[in-house]
Amino acid sequence: MDKEEKKEKKEKIPRQKMPEQDPKARVRNFNEVPLGFSPETAMLEAKRCIMCKKPGCVAGCPVDIDIPAFIKLIAGGDFIGAARKLKETNVLPAVCGRVCPQEDQCEKVCILGKKGDPVAIGRLERFAADYERQSGQISIPGKAPSTGKRIAVVGAGPAGLTIAGDLVKMGHDVTIFEALHKSGGVLIYGIPEFRLPKAIVDAEVDYMQKLGVKVVTNFPVGRLKTVDDLFAEGFHAVFLGVGAGAPVFMNIPGENFSGIYSANEYLTRSNLMKAYAFPEYDTPIAVGKNVCVIGGGNVAMDSVRTALRLGAENAYIVYRRTEKEMPARIEEVHHAQEEGVQFKLLTNPIEYLGNEKGWVKGMVCQQMELGEPDESGRRRPVPMKGSEFVIECDTVVVAIGTMANPVLQATTPGLSVNKWGYIVINEETGETSRKGVYAGGDIVTGSATVILAMGAGRKAASAIHNYVMGL
Amino acid sequence: MFKIIERKQLSENVVKNVIHAPDIAAKRKAGQFVILMINEKGERIPLTIVDSDAKTGTITIIYQVVGKTTSAMADLKEGDYILNVLGPLGHATEIDNFGTAVCVGGGVGVGVIYPIAKALREAGCNVVSIIGARTKDLLILEEEMRRVSHKLTVCTDDGTYGFHGFVSAVLQQMIDAGEKIDRVYAIGPVPMMRVLANLTRPHKIKTIVSLNPIMVDGTGMCGACRVSVAGKTRFTCVDGPEFDGHDVDFGLLTTRLQMYTEQERLALERCRCEKNG
Repeated sequence: MDKEEKKEKKEKIPRQKMPEQDPKARVRNFNEVPLGFSPETAMLEAKRCIMCKKPGCVAGCPVDIDIPAFIKLIAGGDFIGAARKLKETNVLPAVCGRVCPQEDQCEKVCILGKKGDPVAIGRLERFAADYERQSGQISIPGKAPSTGKRIAVVGAGPAGLTIAGDLVKMGHDVTIFEALHKSGGVLIYGIPEFRLPKAIVDAEVDYMQKLGVKVVTNFPVGRLKTVDDLFAEGFHAVFLGVGAGAPVFMNIPGENFSGIYSANEYLTRSNLMKAYAFPEYDTPIAVGKNVCVIGGGNVAMDSVRTALRLGAENAYIVYRRTEKEMPARIEEVHHAQEEGVQFKLLTNPIEYLGNEKGWVKGMVCQQMELGEPDESGRRRPVPMKGSEFVIECDTVVVAIGTMANPVLQATTPGLSVNKWGYIVINEETGETSRKGVYAGGDIVTGSATVILAMGAGRKAASAIHNYVMGL
Repeated sequence: MFKIIERKQLSENVVKNVIHAPDIAAKRKAGQFVILMINEKGERIPLTIVDSDAKTGTITIIYQVVGKTTSAMADLKEGDYILNVLGPLGHATEIDNFGTAVCVGGGVGVGVIYPIAKALREAGCNVVSIIGARTKDLLILEEEMRRVSHKLTVCTDDGTYGFHGFVSAVLQQMIDAGEKIDRVYAIGPVPMMRVLANLTRPHKIKTIVSLNPIMVDGTGMCGACRVSVAGKTRFTCVDGPEFDGHDVDFGLLTTRLQMYTEQERLALERCRCEKNG
């Protein structure tokens, strides 16, 4: 049977759908929307993989997962084996199976995708990781003998967790310093429960600790201790994975009216502080009747779907381009549409209106049209003259991106940053301008994805290993 | 977990806690604050560090019981624990020998002005302090303030103790008498800080205020604490908490502080109901 024949045979099994909570029911709860594959469905989907000799999918994965190998194990019913295979190169498979943009990575280059639908790699990854976690048969892999080298990781987000897991397996003594009271970074404060259950993040962090990683929360490096303090205390290398934590506002009149949130604040209140369960939990959040979320990325979709679940009557996405240019994953846009989110496209806010109590009551917007492509290659939106109109709203979430938080850089002399405040590194190694200091993730690239941050952590791990072993 | 080493009732509704937090105690400087979360379901609230002792590894906080979190905190006893304490946050107060520094504290704000007055005194300033409360029983830290000030005036709104009137009236008298004032530090309720800033503005006396907006993370991540200073949006947690009082939009600060009044009332009622069974 040659490759073409094999491909045709496999294509007879259609790409398996993953069951989801009904949209009408799910907008009233914060439970996860996609429900996962059953073992039978997973095996059926796994059998679609033609096990390419030179698999494009592996090259498409920022952390080089041996995708055909783990899929083969699922096809053969060895789900625990599949999870272990995943964990050889990816410490957070249950997370990645859910939030990676597979359609732009591994699945984009899957050979089956050329004629039909690619193998559902992400769903299979999620299945194997969930199966292992639910079985309770989580194995702790062997570690290299202790090297006696101490490494500080600043920030317990995707980059930090990845590098900590890698370095501890190489025999180093690794401590993660996290400013918030819980580990996980954007996985815990940013991505909502209905897309990534927090119990999964907690389990992944717990796994790290079982590997031997020490995690210290409530520890703001830059304030409580500086990077220099960490070296003085005997750390041999420091990795900075602090994220691009500062919110961007539009800088338009009225932006400080009550009821206007950054997406960071809105999501942190809801996810980290569980404001959706107020008053059982103490942190409040504005439950708007008419909620406008500005932006077209995944964070905007997370915010607008949160607004619906909190009880909004009308939840709008306000975006200055069209659906085609939206940076959000198609899947997330579909979920939002199914749930009744209203899209105000080619719409750009220029001013907020407030009531006598200083609370936002409306947003003046301009109608836009698409002009010539800009430097991002997307057609630039230009305002149409005289097209101003008002959207009535009592809550606004600004989800137009983030920028570098300057606290750490300001207290670390000799650390080079670019004009936006992001840390400058050697792309191959993650090395910064300071000896022994490495960086990766959003604090280097600006807002990107979980998996790219993890890829950066992976690269820096081997560079740090080489560095400390040569000391 | 952070252990409460000492608890003292300073007045009917003001409590002092000394908390074991050695790393923070070693690093903290006057003007900085912590964010506390008392338990798993609690909210994160900012409180100024009033004092610290690097030897015993403790920090001191003083708070007024106003809502659910502070009333639950007031119920904690010596030996109990606070789940999370994050700090030290914010910029430290700029301390130097400025000449004559007038330190004005109102209500629980006296707790915030105390470490600043102490640091200014150590830096060689002539520290003239004015502290006030609504009534005598609510006055806090009089002895501590007396120790660190060259001169101290105590005021009560109702005249039950000391000068009968607002702290602003005492500062007004000093200005009217032509006393040399190089700097004013004004910390207390928002209306008090606004009045003091208005008072010193025409005389071009630099006036530093410490702001207390609603915060969540306290590390510059969320923007809940944004304030308008000289027409620019600033984040109190990382750009402050101290700003030039002549540039602060106190009206905006007031409305943003009232953002959750309804929910805060609900939470407090619910907490009282639970307490009373």
